[in-house]
Amino acid sequence: MNIPSSITTLVIGVLLTLISLWFGQHHGLLPVEASEEAPLIDGLFNLMMTIGIGLFIIVQGTLVYAGFKFRRQPDDDTDGPPIEGNIPLEILWTAIPAVIVLGLAVYSFDVYSTIGGLDPMGHGMAHKVPSHQTAALPGAAIAAPLPETPEAIASQTVAQAEALDSPASTPSMNMGDEMVIQAQGLQYAWIFTYPDSGVVSGELHVPVGRPIKLEISAADVLHAFWVPEFRLKQDAIPGTPTELRFTPKKMGDYPVICAELCGPYHGAMKTRVIAESPEDFTAWIDSQTVATNTVPDQAIALSAAEKSPEQFLAPYVSDLGVTAEALHTIQPPHLHAH
Amino acid sequence: MTQVVQETFSPSPPAPEPGKRDWLKYFSFTTDHKIIGIQYLVTSFVFYLVGGFLATLVRTELATPESDFVSREVYNGLFTVHATVMIFLWIVPAATGAFGNYLLPLLIGARDMAFPKLNAVAFWMIPPAGALLLASFFFGAPASGWTSYPPLSLMVNKVGEAIWIMSLLILGTSSILGAVNFLVTILMMRAPGMTLNRMPLFCWAMLATSALILISTPVLAGALILLGFDLLVGTAFFNPTGGGDPVVYQHMFWFYSHPAVYIMILPVFGLISEILPVHSRKPIFGYKAIAYSSFAISFLGLIVWAHHMFTSGTPPWLRMFFMINTMIIAVPTGIKVFSWLATIWGGKLRLTSAMLFAMGFVSMFVIGGISGVMVAAVPFDIHVHDTYFIVAHLHYVLFGGSVFGLYAGIYHWFPKMFGRMMNEKLGQLHFVLNFIGFNLAFMPMHKLGLEGMNRRVAEYDPKFATLNLVCTIGTYILASSTIPFLINVVWSWTKGEKAPSNPWQGLTFEWMTTSPPPAENFAVDPVFTIGAYEYGTEEAREAIAAGPVLAMAPSASHG
Repeated sequence: MNIPSSITTLVIGVLLTLISLWFGQHHGLLPVEASEEAPLIDGLFNLMMTIGIGLFIIVQGTLVYAGFKFRRQPDDDTDGPPIEGNIPLEILWTAIPAVIVLGLAVYSFDVYSTIGGLDPMGHGMAHKVPSHQTAALPGAAIAAPLPETPEAIASQTVAQAEALDSPASTPSMNMGDEMVIQAQGLQYAWIFTYPDSGVVSGELHVPVGRPIKLEISAADVLHAFWVPEFRLKQDAIPGTPTELRFTPKKMGDYPVICAELCGPYHGAMKTRVIAESPEDFTAWIDSQTVATNTVPDQAIALSAAEKSPEQFLAPYVSDLGVTAEALHTIQPPHLHAH
Repeated sequence: MTQVVQETFSPSPPAPEPGKRDWLKYFSFTTDHKIIGIQYLVTSFVFYLVGGFLATLVRTELATPESDFVSREVYNGLFTVHATVMIFLWIVPAATGAFGNYLLPLLIGARDMAFPKLNAVAFWMIPPAGALLLASFFFGAPASGWTSYPPLSLMVNKVGEAIWIMSLLILGTSSILGAVNFLVTILMMRAPGMTLNRMPLFCWAMLATSALILISTPVLAGALILLGFDLLVGTAFFNPTGGGDPVVYQHMFWFYSHPAVYIMILPVFGLISEILPVHSRKPIFGYKAIAYSSFAISFLGLIVWAHHMFTSGTPPWLRMFFMINTMIIAVPTGIKVFSWLATIWGGKLRLTSAMLFAMGFVSMFVIGGISGVMVAAVPFDIHVHDTYFIVAHLHYVLFGGSVFGLYAGIYHWFPKMFGRMMNEKLGQLHFVLNFIGFNLAFMPMHKLGLEGMNRRVAEYDPKFATLNLVCTIGTYILASSTIPFLINVVWSWTKGEKAPSNPWQGLTFEWMTTSPPPAENFAVDPVFTIGAYEYGTEEAREAIAAGPVLAMAPSASHG
């Protein structure tokens, strides 16, 4: 075995680089990328993973190799060579990590800037959002997708009625425009309000491809809005409005998780975000609007009993996945009571 | 000391034969730094067992996705008290109090600490504070996490929260008193000839640690007092319903609690820098780089606290400031790691239990360091903040780092402390179980966090069930690894083989006196003649062969 050590070092170095590069791209540790921001953040993570795996192998390899190679022989009581340092080597292992972390800092800065973190309009945490959503909040106002009694839906109509005097319940779907959605965290739920249409919902619906600005507030204690598939998180702070910007990219149904300890049921504070096509989103908004406000001038007539079966059942139609025609054939008995 | 070659020593003050009531000294208000160090070590280890028991309960709850083992309220109390006990009653007192008190005077050639009575006062604050904290379980334990963020901390289990604040104030005071003592002792009481640049590296680490404690702990005390007013008197410093700002608490809390990470790891860096050269039979590689990097870490550690708050609405430019500072810490930390590797490289490694744990420390700490740089990057941290990725990261730093290092320290200095050798076979078994259990318990948590499991939850999505079960099994293995260690300690302490004065052939002053050292450590005043790490030289061989010269009466040592 007379392989020169320089060749061994070179081979090890090449192998190390290849393994690191491969692992950095194939670690499979992250969930699906469902927002425009996610690939940028994953790119940063993959680079850090590549460097990290290289460093990991160097350190663990050195320790394991040394553990076998330099283990004291049973009959050997002498000391090792009295080497107290090596200035060029020490400069090298100071300079290389310094360059790496500065590079990572610049790269992180760039990613952060690209995803809008440095946008001067995007950081106005302190004063931008009047906290009118606090008024819209009281418990019963969670909209149709959650199982609710018709009475609750009806009472919600009162709150929403004046906001909906125009048929503009279909928001203008200019895809470049930022859509504002208000998100309020409270023990132990999220409430999402769509100011354009007045829809209030317990789960978040967003159209893919449209920039979203989430105006986040908290009613009681700290919460944090987190969608792992979007790679984004923002605390909800009582008394201090915060915001989060993102653009959903991939259609799907993802969890919304509260990431800041908020009490005994913290782990149960979950809902969904549904990223859907703009058409489906519009349909959903419409169905929600119907649910809360069938026809503006009927909004005064609140009794569920005075609605036609179609009007009454409309909010449930999309959830049940049946068509209005199919409903006609069912004719539930209690609707005939009057 | 170098002219004495023959082994014909007669340890002048023969270690007083342990009397029947000798153990009582460990329960007394003694001012002997060695006994105080052992008091710290044993007390904090008892709290480590308590904290470990709480961790086992937490992991038992998390073995299944449903909340089915304890109530949610109790669960939140379990992880809150687990973290508080592990940080404030185990790692901080063990790393600074136990090893700082036991080793510093011996390493610098002093007869005791600068303020022996203050030292005893600082220790005796710990048992009542710890008992107080554990008693909170009878009144509803604090349940808002060890960070105790308002407003939640002002709303749940108020009695437990008040006890938590009181307990931490006492422990913080104890820590400050200890730090004053360490600083003065290191700066004023070194043996003649021992300049700062000749001190053993543990002294450098303790210097940097003590400075950190003195600067940061008072800020925690301030935060806790204000939080206590909000809780008990109804003020609104942090309570938003009265116009307070909960984020200000986070700033004050982390101004201490990030440096606290370095308070827990810097002394252990020092221990590792002492242990690796002895068992590698080589000088420490790059003494000055290791010494000064402690101070670089200590300084940088003071200006990174808001990296715990990247999602708290911190202004973007401040996030960038804290991100860059945090990443730069990787440089001095890297210097230490590479220097340790170079110390081992080409040595004559004795793979004793102490050495295994020291090498395990380097191996595990590096993983925590790599994930530490990752979470420093703001865009990535926004994804993993408050997830199991963070839980994995912090345990690789504080368990894979601090606790592995503390075990290395115990195995290395046990013969000096108690005059008995520990059993190597049991030590190796302890290491293997510890290493496997630790990695099984915490490695999968990286993936859990990246995929979307948030921390501090009693229930979780069933898709995470398998990895969580692996974590729980790892925790049980980790918990069981304590059994061989406890058997080893009890058996060795009472029946172990008598330890020679210098079982590992070390060069620092503590190995030049008897095991255990006499009441005032040395019979002669030590003078610095040989560097702490000059292995491989003729002088070192002679000094080691000379035996416990510092314990011999002056006439005997020149006889």
